[in-house]
Formats: sequence, structure tokens, C-alpha cells
Amino acid sequence: MTERPVAYRDHLDWARTLSISRYTLLEAWRNRFVVVVLVLVAALLVASFFVEQLAITESRRVQVGFLAAALRASIVFVTVLYVLQGMVREFQDKVVEIILSLDLPRASYVLGKFFAYLVLCAACAALCAAPLFLLADAPQVAAWAVTLMLELWLLAAGAVFCMVTFNQLLPAATFVFSFYLLGRSITAIQLMSTSTLAGTGPGAQAAARLADLLAFVLPRLDAFAQTAWLVDSGAPPLSLPMAALQTGIYVGLLLAAAMFDLYRRNF
Amino acid sequence: MAERALHRVPHAVFALLAATFATQIALHALTPRPTANAVALPSPPATTALRVASLGEPIAMAQLLNLYLQAFDTQPGVSIPFRDLDYDRIEAWLARILDLDPAGQYPLLMAAQVYSEVADERKQRQILDFVYREFQTDPVRRWRWLAQASILARHRLGDMPLALRYAEAIARHANHPAVPSWARQMHVLLLADMGERDAAKILLGGLLAGGTITDPHEIYFLTRRLQELEAAEMSTPLSKQRRH
Repeated sequence: MTERPVAYRDHLDWARTLSISRYTLLEAWRNRFVVVVLVLVAALLVASFFVEQLAITESRRVQVGFLAAALRASIVFVTVLYVLQGMVREFQDKVVEIILSLDLPRASYVLGKFFAYLVLCAACAALCAAPLFLLADAPQVAAWAVTLMLELWLLAAGAVFCMVTFNQLLPAATFVFSFYLLGRSITAIQLMSTSTLAGTGPGAQAAARLADLLAFVLPRLDAFAQTAWLVDSGAPPLSLPMAALQTGIYVGLLLAAAMFDLYRRNF
Repeated sequence: MAERALHRVPHAVFALLAATFATQIALHALTPRPTANAVALPSPPATTALRVASLGEPIAMAQLLNLYLQAFDTQPGVSIPFRDLDYDRIEAWLARILDLDPAGQYPLLMAAQVYSEVADERKQRQILDFVYREFQTDPVRRWRWLAQASILARHRLGDMPLALRYAEAIARHANHPAVPSWARQMHVLLLADMGERDAAKILLGGLLAGGTITDPHEIYFLTRRLQELEAAEMSTPLSKQRRH
């Protein structure tokens, strides 16, 4: 008896892809991820009132500035860690292998996970923005929250890519957080590398070139969710479309890279 | 474990990867290069707040603040003239950085060599006075900045009494074997009928010969300053024009 070749699907099965998303969301709910985020937001809100009491002048400005910056950094940290630890467990418990043994293209796994993270990140951004609506102008907070959500989407895609590529928490977390820090500081690095006081020797020129090269392949995350939008004059008109465009391109790039790695992997 | 062959990757994934990468490069190429905004320098936070924010690394924080402060006036595309900078705030930032890292020389170099270039006598006097006050808290480590201030007072401000006061302060307070004897006799240098370039040359030569300056970046920076002085003496005052 000859073995019949197994026919694998090449096209995405959206129903099954969305099932992966649904179970990922269910897992987040049962792991009390939302509760963790709520506690975090509440703790930072309380801390912001403490900071407000310490301020001698511009107390509301100080409070909003502290709260926005602290929420942004904390939510990025918590979300990225959640995505990484959720996926590392699936790899270690062989859940991925079970899913991939089904008649399902590998891209479905990547997309299914990412769609769930889109929803989670949107919820996180909304929860972070909620207390700010009480303290700052609504349109400014809305712009801040939308770009925070875009930033979280981008980092969630980065975490999915790193987990598929590295399979281990430590290298993946190191890579994602380094990527985030570089993305947030690349503009400043570019500006500092061309400082005239630093001289124009070969070392300075090489540093400036390296910074320019990095800037080509990194998203400018310093242009997202700026505290200045909340405490000063709001977001410039083009900042939201530009952030959305940058997120769309970079999320596509990271997911394509994750799929590429997953398709080439031997389990 | 060997990877699967490349042909197992669907064409759509290849296409998405190439298209998004090319779009990212194109987007970056079309976006204008970032430039520093000419925003006003804010007041520095309190030293205690900076210490808390440094998470136990005050020296690293001081070094970052040095670069932050430097970025305010030396970015291409903006070039804020020094006379437009608020020197009270600059002084406050420099003092905070010295609070965090008292052994650091960077803030005093910025004060004596960079911010003293301002074409505003009041601001020049203010920044030289800052150097003088900071010298008094640690004369052995900070004497060379006061020596520089003394030459600036003599040649830029034309204020010999002030220059001599600084020189005498070095002689009186920087009484330590680590301080070379010529530095304690700065008043001789001031009273001699020589130009600013010659005085600066003697100072720089003495610092280099005595091994006080070892950092190659600082040597490069100070040598370039000297060359600027020479160029300024030979033609128009270039360095001053740049700051006007």
C-alpha cells in the first residue's frame, strides 16, 4: 500500500485563525492580565496624586506628565512580557506543534496570535487613557491613546517575531526591549552623533553613519504617545497618520519575518 | 536541527517581507531628517529628584545630563546663539550636574570653554563667576578651569583686577603637589604683555606637558580652540561671529 501524500492547505482558514485568537484572548482573561493592568493603572494614578502634592507649581501639569510617561513605559513592559511568556509556554508545552499538526498553514498561527494581541493592546491603551481623560483635554488624550495603541501593536508584533525566532524568554525579551529603547532614542542619537562639539574625526563620522543606518531600519517611536501632547498644545495634525503608516509597515515587516522563520523551522 | 528549505516558505510571505522592508526604507528616505527644536531650556529638577531618577547611578545621570545640555546649543539646523540662552538656567543645570558628579570636569569645561564664548559681557562675567564659585569647593581638581577663566577675564573682558583675583585664588587655594607651580604663578602670565593666543598656548602647553589632560577628545577640542584663536587673530574674529 502506497502512502498518500498529505495535502496541506496553502490558503488561510480564517475561522480557525480566529479560533486561535479567541483562545488567546480567553487565556489572557483567565490569567487575569486585565486585572494586572487595572492594578497597575490604579497604582500609578495614586502615585501621580502623590507627585501632584509635592509639586510647588504647575501641579496638574506635573501630575499629567508623570502619569502619562509612567503609564506608557509600564504598559509597554507588561504587555511585551505577557506576549513573550504566553508564547514561550506554548512552545515549551508543544502547543504550537499540536496546532501546526492540524490542516492549517503556519501563517494562521502567527496571525491568530497577533489578532488577539491587537485586541489586548487596544484594551490596554484604553485602560491607560481612562484616568487621563479626567486630567487633560479629551482630544489630546484620544490622540495619545491611539498612538499608544499603535506603539503596543508594533511591540506585540516585535515580541511575536522574537519568540518565533529565539524560542526563549531571555534573548527574546532582551531583543524586544533593546529594540524599544533604540526606537525611542534613535532621533536623539542621530542628533547627538552630528554634534559639532564632538569633532569631525573618523570616529565621529563612523558613529554618525551608524546612527543614520540604524534610523533607516528602526521605527521612530519617540514620535508616538508624547507626553507633550497632553500638557502642551496637542498632537500635530500629521502625527497620527504618520504613526499609523509607520505601524502598518513595521507590523507587516515583523509578521512577515516571523512567518518566514516559522515556515523554515523543523519541529 | 536543519531548517526546512526556502521553497517551503510561501511566495506571499516573501512578497510581504520584501514589500514592507522596501516601504520602510522609502518611508524613512522621504521623512525629513530630524532637527533639534529651538525650545527654551527648562529649569533643572532638584538634585534630590535627579538622584532618585538616577536609580543609584548619579554619575551616569550626570553624564547623560551633560549630553542633554550640550544638545541644546550644538545641534545642526537650529544653532541657538548663546546670547539667546538663559544663563541662569544653564548655570543651574551645570551646578546640578556637579552635585551629582563632583569629580566630573565636563560641566566646567562647558562653562569655561563653550558658554564663555557668548558675545554678551554680562553673561560672560556670570559664567566666569560660576567657574570661580565652583573652583572654591574643590580647588585641587578644578584649578585649570579657573586658570582658563582668568585668561578670558584678562583678554575678553579686559578686566585685569578680576583676572588677578582668579589667579590669586589659584595660588592661595590650589596649594597641592598635584597643581603645577606655574599654575600658582598665573599672575605672571597675566601681567606679561602677551596676547590671548600666547597665554592660552602656555596654559594648554603646560596642561599637556604636565599630563593633566589625557583624554584624546579633550586634547582635540582644546587644540581646535587654540587654532580658532589663531585664525581669529589673523583675520576676522570667526569664533565670535559664530556665536553672535
